[in-house]
Amino acid sequence: MTPLENEISALKKELINMWMLVQSQLNNAKEAMIKFDKDLAREVLVKEKRVNSFELKIDRDCENIFALFCPVAVDLRFLLAALKINTNLERIGDIAAGVAKYVIESSVNFDEIVLENTSLLRMYDEAVNIVTDTRIAFEKEDTVLARSIFKRDDILDTINVSAPIAITELIKKDLNSMPEALYMLSIFRKLERVGDQAKNIAEEIIFYVEAKILKHFESSKRNVDGEE
Amino acid sequence: MEHSVVSATKFNAWFGDNHAVKNVSIKIEKNQVVAVMGPSGCGKTTFLRCINRMHELIPGTKTEGSLKLYDDEIYSMNPIYVRYKIGMVFQRPNPFPNLSIYDNVVAGYKLNGLKMSKADMDVIVEKSLTSAALWNEVKDSLHKKGTFLSGGQQQRLCIARAIAMEPEVILFDEPTSALDPISTSSIETLFHELKTNYTLIIVTHNMQQAARVSDKTAFFYLGELVEFDNTKKMFTAPKDARTQNYITGRFS
Repeated sequence: MTPLENEISALKKELINMWMLVQSQLNNAKEAMIKFDKDLAREVLVKEKRVNSFELKIDRDCENIFALFCPVAVDLRFLLAALKINTNLERIGDIAAGVAKYVIESSVNFDEIVLENTSLLRMYDEAVNIVTDTRIAFEKEDTVLARSIFKRDDILDTINVSAPIAITELIKKDLNSMPEALYMLSIFRKLERVGDQAKNIAEEIIFYVEAKILKHFESSKRNVDGEE
Repeated sequence: MEHSVVSATKFNAWFGDNHAVKNVSIKIEKNQVVAVMGPSGCGKTTFLRCINRMHELIPGTKTEGSLKLYDDEIYSMNPIYVRYKIGMVFQRPNPFPNLSIYDNVVAGYKLNGLKMSKADMDVIVEKSLTSAALWNEVKDSLHKKGTFLSGGQQQRLCIARAIAMEPEVILFDEPTSALDPISTSSIETLFHELKTNYTLIIVTHNMQQAARVSDKTAFFYLGELVEFDNTKKMFTAPKDARTQNYITGRFS
């Protein structure tokens, strides 16, 4: 391998490690939400600093590779994609920390049946799966899997759109559930953004592997043509 | 549609039995900077030298196919006229050592016995040196020998000598490989200015230079033209795997 290939391979490993950490943050925040485990929520907040450190290190590594190796073609596309994926992953990490904060702030626990009935758990599971699959797509350079993310983000969007109805119903049934309901509505919104970040990442994977730009392209056309 | 200045169609060149340029077809448009790159021995310099018929100066060489300057077959034209119209700048600066800066610039006219008045020559010298971004540095020492200049200045003097003949095309064979980064930078800046009036074809081993200065890039490998496209496209998303391997340093 050339020195540049070694650098890129190391950077890829670093990104995958960050991805794993972000996935575990999302899962732990979910666990803390379901079990109302404030200790676990605090652990998520502590580990958020590690996510931030990953972001800084990956930014610095990219800057060094640009400066020292003048990458072109697929290497250039990889680095540009890595920079953006890095930012998106850090934001997903922020979202996990945001959910954990709600658990810490909330004085009442989240009812698991309510979480189920409002589709919040289903949405959460789908969001975590999407993040996992974008990682697999990145590792394997699998653009078919990356393209599948666009449709799955639409599922999150649909649940998010119907969230106010579910939350209104919850409040109507029991006015005392208002604080819990408002936290849940905020979590719906946050999970919707996880889908957006994952979609951005999928676009970057396709850009890196196929040199196709899908940004700002209608999702229906994106799946068929895959390019502008 | 804009006319191609230089166009090759199924063009081949040989050194004895060595088939150095194979079936090359390319169209080079006016006022473009075209970079030609490829590994050593890929035929890029041979192709460049064919364009102004320098190739045939070596015994045992032959060519086949079409190579045109506008609509005229270069190999049916008078070779001296071809070299008026298609100037060349080489790897190492090569001003005539015994001639002054002034005489170096008008050497093409003098060596070909083209007579002109002193006033006309003065105009050509000033215009050519200005175009080569050298006038301000040498205007007070025009009658000093060209070899007293720095390497970068000597190379710009050679460019001025090529420009003096008012060519259509200027060929550059690794023009900055013998220069330091500052001189290289001044020559690269000059390329941007020269393309307003001339078409430039530059053979270079420096890929970053190809990326910086050219509008289009041609990649040669084993005598074939593998890919010819906009430089931005070639350096971000080349079509051919061989091009990608070469520019990313993965060539075995």
